[in-house]
Amino acid sequence: MVDDEGVGIDAQKPTVGVGLRLVRQLVRPYPLPFAISVFGAALFAAGTVVSAAVLGWVVDEVIVVNFESDASTSTTTNVAAGAAAVVAIGVLRSVGVVLRRYFAGMTAELVEKRTRTGLATQYLKQPLSWLRSVPPGRLMAHVDSDAHVLIHALHPLPFSIGVIFLALFTGISLYLIDPWIVLVAFVLFPVMMVVNSIYSRVVQKPLASVQKGVADIAGVAHESFEGALIVKTLGRQDAEAARFDHATQRLRSSRISVGIIGAVLNAVLRALPQLGVLSVVLLGAYRVRAGAMTPGDIVEVSALFSALVVPLHVFGFLLESLIPTVVAWNRLRPVIEETLPVAPGTAGLAADGPVSVEVRGLRFAYPDAPEDLVLKNLDLSIAPGELVAVVGPTGSGKSTLCAALAGVLDQAEGEILIGGLPIGSLSPTERLAAVTLVFQEPFLFAETIRSNIDLDGKLSDEAVVQAAKVAAIDEWIMSQPDKYATLLGERGVTVSGGQRQRIALARALARNVGLVILDDATSAIDTIIEQQILGHLRSSTDATMLVVANRLSTIDLADRIIYVRDGTVVASGTHDELLKRDDYHDLVMAYAEAEAA
Amino acid sequence: MTAAPKLDQTADGAISVIKRGLRTTPELVEGLVITVLLGLAVAVGQVTIPIVIQRAIDTGGLTTGNVDIGAVVRLVGVGLVIVLFTALMGFLAKRRLVSRAEASLASLRNQAFNHVHKLSLADHNESQTGVLISRVTSDVDSLGRFMDWGMYSWIVQPIVLLGVFVAMAFYSIPLALIAIATFIPVIPVLVWIQRRMVRAHDRRRTAIGGVLGSFGEAISGAEVVRAYGAEDRTSDRLEEASEERYRAGLQANVYMSGVYVVGDILGSIMLALVLIVGVSQREALDLTVGSLTALVFLTVLSLSPVSELGETLNEAQQAVAGWRKVLNLLDTPIEKLDPEAGSTLPVGPVEVEARNVAFSYRGSDERVLSDVSVTIPSGTRVAIVGETGSGKSTFARLLCRLADPVGGELLLNGVPLQSLSAESRKAVVRLVPQDGFLFNATIGENIAFGREGTTAADIDRALDVLNLADWVDSLPSGLNTEVGDRGSFLSVGERQLVSFARATVANPGLLILDEATSSVDPQTDQALTRALDRLAEGRTLISIAHRLSTAEAADLVLVFDRGRLAEQGSHDELVAAGGIYAGLFEAWTVNN
Repeated sequence: MVDDEGVGIDAQKPTVGVGLRLVRQLVRPYPLPFAISVFGAALFAAGTVVSAAVLGWVVDEVIVVNFESDASTSTTTNVAAGAAAVVAIGVLRSVGVVLRRYFAGMTAELVEKRTRTGLATQYLKQPLSWLRSVPPGRLMAHVDSDAHVLIHALHPLPFSIGVIFLALFTGISLYLIDPWIVLVAFVLFPVMMVVNSIYSRVVQKPLASVQKGVADIAGVAHESFEGALIVKTLGRQDAEAARFDHATQRLRSSRISVGIIGAVLNAVLRALPQLGVLSVVLLGAYRVRAGAMTPGDIVEVSALFSALVVPLHVFGFLLESLIPTVVAWNRLRPVIEETLPVAPGTAGLAADGPVSVEVRGLRFAYPDAPEDLVLKNLDLSIAPGELVAVVGPTGSGKSTLCAALAGVLDQAEGEILIGGLPIGSLSPTERLAAVTLVFQEPFLFAETIRSNIDLDGKLSDEAVVQAAKVAAIDEWIMSQPDKYATLLGERGVTVSGGQRQRIALARALARNVGLVILDDATSAIDTIIEQQILGHLRSSTDATMLVVANRLSTIDLADRIIYVRDGTVVASGTHDELLKRDDYHDLVMAYAEAEAA
Repeated sequence: MTAAPKLDQTADGAISVIKRGLRTTPELVEGLVITVLLGLAVAVGQVTIPIVIQRAIDTGGLTTGNVDIGAVVRLVGVGLVIVLFTALMGFLAKRRLVSRAEASLASLRNQAFNHVHKLSLADHNESQTGVLISRVTSDVDSLGRFMDWGMYSWIVQPIVLLGVFVAMAFYSIPLALIAIATFIPVIPVLVWIQRRMVRAHDRRRTAIGGVLGSFGEAISGAEVVRAYGAEDRTSDRLEEASEERYRAGLQANVYMSGVYVVGDILGSIMLALVLIVGVSQREALDLTVGSLTALVFLTVLSLSPVSELGETLNEAQQAVAGWRKVLNLLDTPIEKLDPEAGSTLPVGPVEVEARNVAFSYRGSDERVLSDVSVTIPSGTRVAIVGETGSGKSTFARLLCRLADPVGGELLLNGVPLQSLSAESRKAVVRLVPQDGFLFNATIGENIAFGREGTTAADIDRALDVLNLADWVDSLPSGLNTEVGDRGSFLSVGERQLVSFARATVANPGLLILDEATSSVDPQTDQALTRALDRLAEGRTLISIAHRLSTAEAADLVLVFDRGRLAEQGSHDELVAAGGIYAGLFEAWTVNN
């Protein structure tokens, strides 16, 4: 929203030509609904032209004939026929409108759905580094406004194609009436096209500044509301109001520019057909005198021109909405067309049970700061069944190491062997069966407790309950109204930080894997309960465990400590051995400080 | 999160929304009479053509074969003048509307924005930020979209329709009545469709919420999804949500497609009736060829306003929905009102007293705080200890009057907090929040935000007091260093240092500090502790403590538990008493 750099290298200039090519590409997968809607538009165009012809016929054959002669049975038949024809054509036009609208809407909805499906695939299948390189607000904007704005031009599209039919049918109809009258159309139609295209060109710049203005307003509101607490405590409401007003007034003035240009278009597009009718009346008078036209013909042509007002507006609307459509596509395209990663490995581990871990020369830097290495040639090795505590100051790379070991961190250089096999060579199912990671920030889905522990519904009830018991959360779950079926999140119960962590722990423990990684996953849990959980954990599984620890009590449980600083292992050994180092001593004592609630 | 209060409770009808909306931004209808008059001119333009045709037929002799070219030229000349004149009027009408509409949109946006900052924090927690942003952006925009095209139609087209009927009545009152009578059945049908459409749009909006919710989960839970191989399961959820959104869209589409048809078919019936009655009763109605032709033409013309209204009905619908949401936000009461001429407190440390303070969020019976009573002597260093959700942060927020207690009273130096003037309260009480939120400006500007009229000398003094001058000098541009969006160019600890300096220039008598939970490296931690010591000198300091060492160093410890003040006393007293605090402390010492 705030940043608008979505226009990548191959971004296209938002012009009408590009827009038309884009909408063709968008509707191509849905030829049938789109064709039906265009057919509907053509039916409407035909109906419009025929109904004008019927009007002309009615004037000549019903009104004039009846008014000039005395009423007879034959003319009464004409009245009934005229009335029936008028209604029949009304129905025909309506059918056209229904087909056009319903199927144009369906095409647009299908394109929108397809866009979301494309985004979903990318969001789920792309590596984490890719996903995290894009601000979450932006990922959401793709799903929300971009996917929606993309289809803006699809609604008026079939009607606008119908305008071409309308012009064609009108031309034929005029030619049949009188070739001279075609001259009026020859002037009128091109003028209307020129007006529309001038409009779409003139409006482009103010329209772009409207879009920028909208983004600016969202940016100011975002910053200001996020910092509402500080705005209040500093009493800066007035300054914030002034800042927002500045953005509002800028948007207002660019919207006024667009509006005034639109007002000119509106006036011209309404006046042009009327001027056309006046020309027809004038020209028609000469032609009637020459005996080449009837009064009914004049009425028919006039009715035709009057019927052009709305379609021409829609045409202008299409030209206008092509611009935001192209802009939205420029934002979406780099995401949707990003190539998906190659198929993962297929290797499998020889047996279940605890696995060894071997890390050699692990290097990693976040893509936005490639020279700033988070992990610098990190080496470590852990024997099967060992409980290792990773200790180190904030920012030393502990969490990054955990993510790398769980295979979540792509783009890390170096070797990670799990049970002797490179982690990248394991098939996804094997990797999941071998390693599990519990994050410091537990993430729970807005679903039931059971499905939060189970995720894909493959675990037995016993396994779920057993895991919840080890994580010391079973008792709390059983005290909830719906027990394991209790809903979490917005529409469900609220959960404290410690409970969240315990549910996330249960999720990991239910999987019975060879390597359990706890990335400070018990930080919000009471020290006493934490001890209890770790005790249970130790006795219930023989899995290899790697625990990022901030508490002395946790450190005490470990067989061995790996001391990490600045992205590399600086020492490894028992707690007592490491205490001889001053920096380690200061660090763990500082941690001890942090154990208050 | 504590149960979030709903900002959107009323779902009143369109008419009432429009009434409320016009009260909120009367700019919209300022000089509406002139716009309506201009609209009348547009209506005249619309009926010009049929009249010109009628005159051409009847007086230009088109049907007799004895054509009077001169008469037709004169008629067309007059018609030309009227058409050009009314086009100009149409332009002026739309331009007026645009400027009125934009004035009211801007005013509505600003009012909504300002209201958000006046809301009690009880209505404004983190979970609501996104909703509040959409109130001043997309909801106002949906109203704006309607004003772009639809509003002109909704004001001018009914006048045009009226003009067409008046012109018909001019030729034949009975036929005009027949035409109007045919229109009447359209109204209940349109009302029926409109109701269905509202429901369909509701379903669609809910479905959009579902899509955003499930994508939001997939994005924020991306690590878990990948670490646990939950891609397929998540993909199914996203697919389901998109599918429901698609179905809801199709359903809304059905009604959208139906709207036009009603007008068109009834219009055709109307035309057929005019024709049958006009021809068969031509003598009784005193019609000429020209006047019946004009009537037929006018009947056809009456269709286009109806279809234009139908075209914009959808936008109108969404505009009303957006408008309603913004108005409901504006109607969310601002609980706390600052007294007109409030009391003031002198500079210097403040004594704080809480008497039976209770608090709960609007629309929730759950007491977040109940029966909290405590007296904090001026100049005391207080640590508030308690689990997440114990009410300790809420208590601190009440002290800054970010919300008012629902029961009991808070007094500063014996003066009720609610009777303090806003200026005095801001000068005396200062909260330093956990995240050290900074504005996208320079460090110097951020410090100066602490108090109005802060001079460069004040800033230097504050940096000296906190011993931060060296740190600032070490930055690339010193005080002119930009901090980035929300202070993101600085580390958490550095942000905290800047907010300390900001608090120092304010010189408050009561300083409330929400301790950072995110860990900072030991050096920064040391710097923060030293700076805080200096900042606290000569003030009452209340810290929301996340570490026991803070409590150990405090003069008074308040232990909150499930919304109650469970224990109070000095560290030593509480340890000796053997309660909750003693338990916490024991666990801590065991680990040491």
